[in-house]
Amino acid sequence: MTAFEAGAGYGGQNRDGGADVIFGGRSEPLYAHGDRSPASKRIIVGYGFWIFLLSDIVMFSAFFATYAVLVRETAGGPGGKDLFNLTNVAIETAFLLLSSFTCGIATIGARARQALMYYGGMALTFVFGAGFLFIEIHEFVGMVAQGAGPTRSAFLSAFFTLVGCHGVHVTLGLLWLLTMVAQVFAKGYRADILRRVLCFGLFWHTLDIIWVAIFTVVYLMGAG
Amino acid sequence: MSRTDQETILDHGDAAPGDEPAGRHEVAEGLLGYLIGLFLAALITAVAFFIAGTNLVWGPSIPLALVVLAIAQIGVHLVFFIHITTGPDNTNNVLALAFGVLIVFLILVGSLWIMSNLSNNMTPMQMG
Repeated sequence: MTAFEAGAGYGGQNRDGGADVIFGGRSEPLYAHGDRSPASKRIIVGYGFWIFLLSDIVMFSAFFATYAVLVRETAGGPGGKDLFNLTNVAIETAFLLLSSFTCGIATIGARARQALMYYGGMALTFVFGAGFLFIEIHEFVGMVAQGAGPTRSAFLSAFFTLVGCHGVHVTLGLLWLLTMVAQVFAKGYRADILRRVLCFGLFWHTLDIIWVAIFTVVYLMGAG
Repeated sequence: MSRTDQETILDHGDAAPGDEPAGRHEVAEGLLGYLIGLFLAALITAVAFFIAGTNLVWGPSIPLALVVLAIAQIGVHLVFFIHITTGPDNTNNVLALAFGVLIVFLILVGSLWIMSNLSNNMTPMQMG
């Protein structure tokens, strides 16, 4: 019997349907209002980080709106058709998607305390993430070299702000990844460390979601 | 039993986003979920890149198709990678997500609407 069935009063909601039990002949809800213990730290930390990520997505949506408004304002300079190389973008997309997958493997490995899965998954995530970043920086440097830097036009300002902001997130994510590897290595699979691994996984998957929007709105629509 | 597993049992009525679904501690099962997600996401991405560069579909429909595919792929990521479900333990996560989507929608549609209205009402500028 789990703690829940025993009526320990855990859990945020009482939605398991008709959880009324008979105590001494009178029916009362299993969880009276205000009678619940707070959720575990893992739930609260995960939920709080989810709220942060959603606010991050809201920030990105402002950059997306800016980009969409300014996408035709090229000031006589090069537009998306002239600049974007879809082969590179496809490789970047594949790298980020694979890194999301390997990050999931690392998450499983951390919970199951499988060192090979955790460290292997994190290492692959780092390699794919760094590969993504390398291609992106290469692309940016090439654009600036051909006179299509962020100062060239409103379109390019918006482009570098939006895609660059995602790139900064990936960079910070890679640093965080290394930190998590070091923490698990030094302190083991402690509950507080595992909560951080959970948050890192959420962060990394969210970066991939934002990239889906970027390669659709910026690259595919811009080059097509 | 490890502390995390105990927490999962105690949190029967709630789930953290990104966490492995409760009662699914088998490594193989968890792996299968990520594999399905990877397969679906790769499929949708491939279709999106194909559609963007093809002449086989009616041109003006391409942007809309790309948006639909992107939303579908974001859904795949949410379900298989972030583990947002419709279960009762995920109500808080889904509500937060719904509010985030509402704000994103307002910012995007509001900006595009107002700015296109503004540029329609501008007097044409003297070029050169």
